[in-house]
Amino acid sequence: MVSIGFFIYFAFAIVVLSLLVVTRKNPVHSVLWMLLLFFHIAGLYLFLNAEFMAAIQVIVYAGGILVLFLFVVLLMNLREELSIGKYTTFGPTGFTFALGLFVAVSMSLSSFIAAPPGKYSIDLIKQETHIKALGKLLYTEFIYPFEVASLILLVAMIGAIVLAKRRLKS
Amino acid sequence: MANMELQWYHVLIPFLPLTGFIINILLGREVTRYKAHWFAVSSVFGSWLCALATLQDVLAGKIIDADLYTWIISGTFKVGVGFLIDPLTAVMLIVVTTCATLIHIYAIGYMHGDTGYYRFFAYLNLFTFCMLMLVMGNNFLQLYFGWEGVGLCSYFLIGYYFNKKSAADAGKKAFIVNRFGDFGFGIGVFMVFLTFGTLHYADVFANVNSIAGKTVDFLGFNVDLPTLIALLLFCGAVGKSAQIPLHVWLPDAMEGPTPVSALIHAATMVTAGVFLVARCNPIFNLSEIAMNTVAIIGALTMFFAATIAITQNDIKRIIAFSTCSHLGYMFLACGVGAYAAGIFHLYTHAFFKALLFLAAGSVIHAVHTNNIQFMGGLKKYMPITYAVFVIAGLSAGGFPGLSGFFSKDEIIWSAYASHSSVGKFVWILALAGAFFTPFYTFRLIFRTFFGEYRGGLAAEEAATHAHSSSHSSSHDSHSSGHDPHGHGSSSHGSGHDSHGGHGPHESPYIMTVPLMFLAIGAVAAGWVGIPPLLGGGNHFAHFLQPVVGHPEFHATHAEEWGVMILSTTIALIGLGLSAFMYLRKTDLPERISKQFSLLYKILYNKYYVDEFYNLTIVQPTLKLANKILVGFTDAKIIEGIVNGVPNLIGIFSQKLRRLQTGIAHHYAIFMAAGAVFIVALIILLS
Amino acid sequence: MAVPLSWYMLLSLAVFSIGVFGFLSRRNIIIMLMSIELMLNGVNINLIALSHYIQDLRGQILAFFVIAVAAAEAAIGLAIVIAMFRNRATAHVDEIKEMQG
Repeated sequence: MVSIGFFIYFAFAIVVLSLLVVTRKNPVHSVLWMLLLFFHIAGLYLFLNAEFMAAIQVIVYAGGILVLFLFVVLLMNLREELSIGKYTTFGPTGFTFALGLFVAVSMSLSSFIAAPPGKYSIDLIKQETHIKALGKLLYTEFIYPFEVASLILLVAMIGAIVLAKRRLKS
Repeated sequence: MANMELQWYHVLIPFLPLTGFIINILLGREVTRYKAHWFAVSSVFGSWLCALATLQDVLAGKIIDADLYTWIISGTFKVGVGFLIDPLTAVMLIVVTTCATLIHIYAIGYMHGDTGYYRFFAYLNLFTFCMLMLVMGNNFLQLYFGWEGVGLCSYFLIGYYFNKKSAADAGKKAFIVNRFGDFGFGIGVFMVFLTFGTLHYADVFANVNSIAGKTVDFLGFNVDLPTLIALLLFCGAVGKSAQIPLHVWLPDAMEGPTPVSALIHAATMVTAGVFLVARCNPIFNLSEIAMNTVAIIGALTMFFAATIAITQNDIKRIIAFSTCSHLGYMFLACGVGAYAAGIFHLYTHAFFKALLFLAAGSVIHAVHTNNIQFMGGLKKYMPITYAVFVIAGLSAGGFPGLSGFFSKDEIIWSAYASHSSVGKFVWILALAGAFFTPFYTFRLIFRTFFGEYRGGLAAEEAATHAHSSSHSSSHDSHSSGHDPHGHGSSSHGSGHDSHGGHGPHESPYIMTVPLMFLAIGAVAAGWVGIPPLLGGGNHFAHFLQPVVGHPEFHATHAEEWGVMILSTTIALIGLGLSAFMYLRKTDLPERISKQFSLLYKILYNKYYVDEFYNLTIVQPTLKLANKILVGFTDAKIIEGIVNGVPNLIGIFSQKLRRLQTGIAHHYAIFMAAGAVFIVALIILLS
Repeated sequence: MAVPLSWYMLLSLAVFSIGVFGFLSRRNIIIMLMSIELMLNGVNINLIALSHYIQDLRGQILAFFVIAVAAAEAAIGLAIVIAMFRNRATAHVDEIKEMQG
């Protein structure tokens, strides 16, 4: 019962915070709500025996990506943002489609069939510790995707520098 | 015969020249430039050393048949890049790499200062690579690869002076004429695969007896299977080795630089056809019709080319027809079953013919014209060239003791003694050829090196101007086309300047030294095949016996002596007659040509084969192309499609571009709508 | 009593749909980028929940890669936003119509 209670609290908070994120007029507020949202998601991960993912969620998302967002928002200094409408003319259409997607997919949830359980039972993970199990998998079976991911990050870094750099007057 | 693993030096043989090609073609324009020959020559020299090592393996009785790399697998069809190194391949390797090395060195001097220096060496390297792949391949597809590769390089190099129209045309002609032969060859390879289910020599030849006497439905006719395959393969050989009726490209190929003529159009590429016939001898042996066809076509080509050569005035064309004629000898030998004799002649011919060409190149280098009417008296200006030219001429003419004598005698004797039903017929033609060969060769020598110097390029230009309005029987459009090298090299830095009034000079050492080495070959290369009759062991034939077998002759020693003496006498008569006509009675040739003007004209115009082809094949094709392809297909259908499709696309895109609003949200909504639609579809369908 | 898997899935779906809504309706490009992050997080919740219930760590590995790609995407996206803002002095997507056909 306790776990259900906790889940209901987190789920409720996540939904509400998500809505707050997309409906705030001031982007700074959005970013701050999102920070709170990510902490809640990290908390949810802890329920799922994914401590490492929770840590990553906090470090990368809350610590990295959101700070990046915050910087950009402050850099752009969007004063007029507060004076005009936050939604485009497609607001209702967007809402309809998002609702449609929600309804359609939730209808299909009942026909979900879980795959046969794998070997990483909770006991095994507890015995081996989560990070070790994950690391073993990541550095053996998924070593190539892992290297590719590092390459993607490198490309993103260079790309971001090139794009954001002020053009030198020639 | 012991089998052996593939060694590193076997692999290096073809791939060293490929490396040279890659270096020069990639870096030639910017980096290697006039040092291109360092890579080209050293790579070919390296492959020559490797070929020697390989020869040693083969002499020790080893045969290598190994796949290097699997190229194509498709169902049962499997071909690899693989090497078969047996005595036949070893002989070809020695011929190709030796000639290639010497000619590469010679080309350093000959091509000196040319703007396309690196390009020339790159193509020459590529050619060597392809030729080596051709002779070393262990399956028909690799043979075909090398075959087309050397054809391509031949095209590149004939048209090397591509801004000269006649050279570019000659390149195209060679390529297109070869296509006729290669078409048959390609079908032949398909037939081999269809019949045997494999393209590997070893598997094909092991099962070759299973097809004996089988017939197959070909274009509605019931034909003998071995005959069909052999003749289709021979089709390719006819094209590549310039045999009647596809011989027309070889004389025109002389538009290329002389080292090319020596390497490709004398020593190596054109002999690929002979190699093919010898390599496929198990197939040919099954069909008497195919064998007789080979023998007769060889004999006819030999005879006709020799008669044409008598009347020509272009120094390189004479040698080109001589090449045609000697290739005819080789096919003749193969056709009567004496493959070893054919290959032996291929081997000696490579040396003396390459030497003839290179010496001719040395002459052209000095006098800047190809027309022997404007040479003469060069003996005292170019002693080395003269000496090697005479050696090559004697060897080609079959003078006793020299290379050409042993191989030619072997062929004539094989033709006489063989069981072949056309043996005696081709023997007569071979004897006639034995007369003509020294005759035209020494006509060339006497006209070039004896008498008075007749002025070279300057005299020719004067004569061309004087004759340009009147009817010029002594000049056709080809023979006035001198090697363009003559113009480009007037001031190059070989230390010799042949312009300015005084006579021509000997070529630089970089050119004459390879000539001397080839001269040694022209004299001594044949000594490995001295027949038992003259005290030799005919080691060459024994060496090749495992691959090509040995024909059985039933003839007495007396007959053998008789044939040898007869052919030698005929050759000496030819030589003597030539000396008499061109040294003594120098007005005699003129009088004879007047007396038999019709015959002379036919010979001079090469039996009008070019004109005949022009009338029967080229013109109708052009007309058809103009009428149907250009007039209808091209103008209406192709143009209609080409213009109609863009117009249609234009109309549609005018409508469709309205979708591209440029507003990001529109695209996003379309995406979301698509996602919802797909999910809905999945739910509704499941 | 344990939480059923479908609850997690429903939650993830809700977060994802909210992200879709934000992306489709907001005019500020930064909020749109944040909506993308929301969608990715919705997917991550689903992945990790499934990984827990199916007892297979590969779901978490995938989520791990999603986070890496999200970081890259955010960096590039924000760089584009800055470049765009420098040229057009606006962060409103509906004012940008350069791509009109």
